[in-house]
Amino acid sequence: METLVQAPAWVRERREAAAKRFADVGFPNTRQEDWRFTNVAPIADAKFPLASGSFAQASSLIFSVAVPGSLRLAIVNGQFAAGLSDLSAMPKGVRIAGIRDGARDGSDGLEQHLAKVFNIETHPFAALNASHLDDGVAIVIASGAVVETPIHIVIVTGGDGKPVAAHPRVLVVAGANSQVRIAQTFVGVKDDVYFNNAVAEVVVGEGAIVDYYTDQRESEQAFHIANIQAHVAAKGVFASHAFSTGAKIQRHDIGIALNGEGADCTMNGVYLADGERLMDTHTSLDHAMPHCTSHEIYKGILAGKAKAVFNGRIIVRIDAQKTDAKQTNRALLLSDDATINSNPQLEIFADDVKCTHGAAVGQLDEEAMFYLQARGLTRIEARDMLLHAFAGEVLDGLKIPELREQIEKNFFTALARDIAVTA
Amino acid sequence: MLQVKNLKVRVEDREILKGINLTVNQGEVHAIMGPNGSGKSTFARALSGHPGYEVTEGEVLYNGKDLLDMDPDERAREGVFMAFQYPVEIPGVNNAYFLKAALNAKRKQAGLDELDAIDFMKVVKEKLKVLHIDDSMLQRSVNEGFSGGEKKRNEIFHMAVLEPALALLDETDSGLDIDALRVVSEGVNAMRSADRSFIVVTHYQRLLNYIVPDYVHVLSDGKIVRSGGKELALELEEKGYAGQAALRHSSGQAGARR
Repeated sequence: METLVQAPAWVRERREAAAKRFADVGFPNTRQEDWRFTNVAPIADAKFPLASGSFAQASSLIFSVAVPGSLRLAIVNGQFAAGLSDLSAMPKGVRIAGIRDGARDGSDGLEQHLAKVFNIETHPFAALNASHLDDGVAIVIASGAVVETPIHIVIVTGGDGKPVAAHPRVLVVAGANSQVRIAQTFVGVKDDVYFNNAVAEVVVGEGAIVDYYTDQRESEQAFHIANIQAHVAAKGVFASHAFSTGAKIQRHDIGIALNGEGADCTMNGVYLADGERLMDTHTSLDHAMPHCTSHEIYKGILAGKAKAVFNGRIIVRIDAQKTDAKQTNRALLLSDDATINSNPQLEIFADDVKCTHGAAVGQLDEEAMFYLQARGLTRIEARDMLLHAFAGEVLDGLKIPELREQIEKNFFTALARDIAVTA
Repeated sequence: MLQVKNLKVRVEDREILKGINLTVNQGEVHAIMGPNGSGKSTFARALSGHPGYEVTEGEVLYNGKDLLDMDPDERAREGVFMAFQYPVEIPGVNNAYFLKAALNAKRKQAGLDELDAIDFMKVVKEKLKVLHIDDSMLQRSVNEGFSGGEKKRNEIFHMAVLEPALALLDETDSGLDIDALRVVSEGVNAMRSADRSFIVVTHYQRLLNYIVPDYVHVLSDGKIVRSGGKELALELEEKGYAGQAALRHSSGQAGARR
């Protein structure tokens, strides 16, 4: 562990603080409110050893999800893999570094933000990730830079058939009035068992516009925990779109803090699960300042004995007058045994605000199914068309056409693989 | 092309059709009339394969094949089209995208190449003109937010694109004003041909002023009680449905047979 020794003092301090925090709290359990429906004992019990180095299929996995026309950053088992990345078309105003090198070289913004955006006190898995703070990728966008080329981070995890753990980390610092679109794709070897515990921290400067896309298509035997936290300054715009089709247990904690007046955010997602898989999404929106807007739509498709948890927290602090927040959570249950626990959690302390939330759980519309079939579509074609339409509102937010195409293709593949037609 | 023999259909626990006999030959237009609750819409829906309509007895041969043995989508791909009385709104499904998928499903069945977007649009533009439909309807979600008239016109538009061999029009006239009725009827008339048959289900004679049928059948309490030519519709217009049921026995063998 030579690299750990070489890390600057501030990195070591943060790593040790996180390790101490995690040692104190340990893995969460179902007696804790935030983890009531999600039992992570299988992760704790498996005692996954930390992955070291690469694995045989890493490069083929990375190329299988490559998005043409974008910069590619590869993270293999938590480590930045320069050799599998493609930075040949580096646009002006973008600086990209492996976190290990960046921290050592004292790159701008790293010391200020790395492992600081996330509150490790409230998120045990983020603490666990930070306790391994070592590498990952840092993306720094200069003030005023409008980056046309999308930046695609591919995060692969595997241990050549042996169960491993990885703690990948991404830091994005978007300077004032900059614009950038970033995607992260999580992928592993089919049916591999591993534990991926990712953290992404995003700092959105004043007037900056950041789109952040997540495509979670891990192995269906994998444990996928991801924490995304964004801090948005005045008039900044942050949009998160998350698409999840993989993992045996997924837990996403996506938090957005609107820390300056006039900030705006979108937090959308689609998830799809079958079998006995679990999709847990906890979102948290912190309206800290006045005149901010937020839009949130989450949509779930569940079959078999799949379970989903959606917890949508919105805090409107006392100063956050003229807040406009809208949250929608919808789920389609395609079998009698699929379940969802949906919980909007509004904490409003300001008095002049507009906050709406709605949750709806339903089945496929059989009259619509019949209508489509009566025009000649098979039951499967009709179903896929309706499910695609159901997800459409969120898919429409994908502003990288090549990525959208890839995510839609994966959506249909997942439907064909996982979701049996109910007669 | 279509032979219906002693068709009995149940909806939930009620027997609605109590033995329908009807033969429709290629190129013929048959009108099915009858008061509310007589079973005329049930007849159309049962032929289209709606899962809520359970066939308990009888046989339907379509071009010699057992129609009742086919799934709704198979029937459609074999050339049966149903214009819905209540077209379903499907948010998020683009009208053109859906229609292209439907047309290509049918073409594939017939062993034809699937149309690409450009060729499809060529087909579609032509049909839109005939039906006085604005292009914008293509890019809207299927029936979503359509007015009653737009929905019915969209059904006929789908029919025009899919070019069925047998079209079932389920109360296509209901909810249409006179102008919309004329446009819809012109659309149907433009499609009449020697190799296409229609079954037009309607409560009112009015539609039959525009779509002149070859045969008219009167349905009452789940059976065809009278059959005749187009003049039968006019007689019903004058005298109403009352008394038709009483004619059941005197009319003997119901249904048009050749």
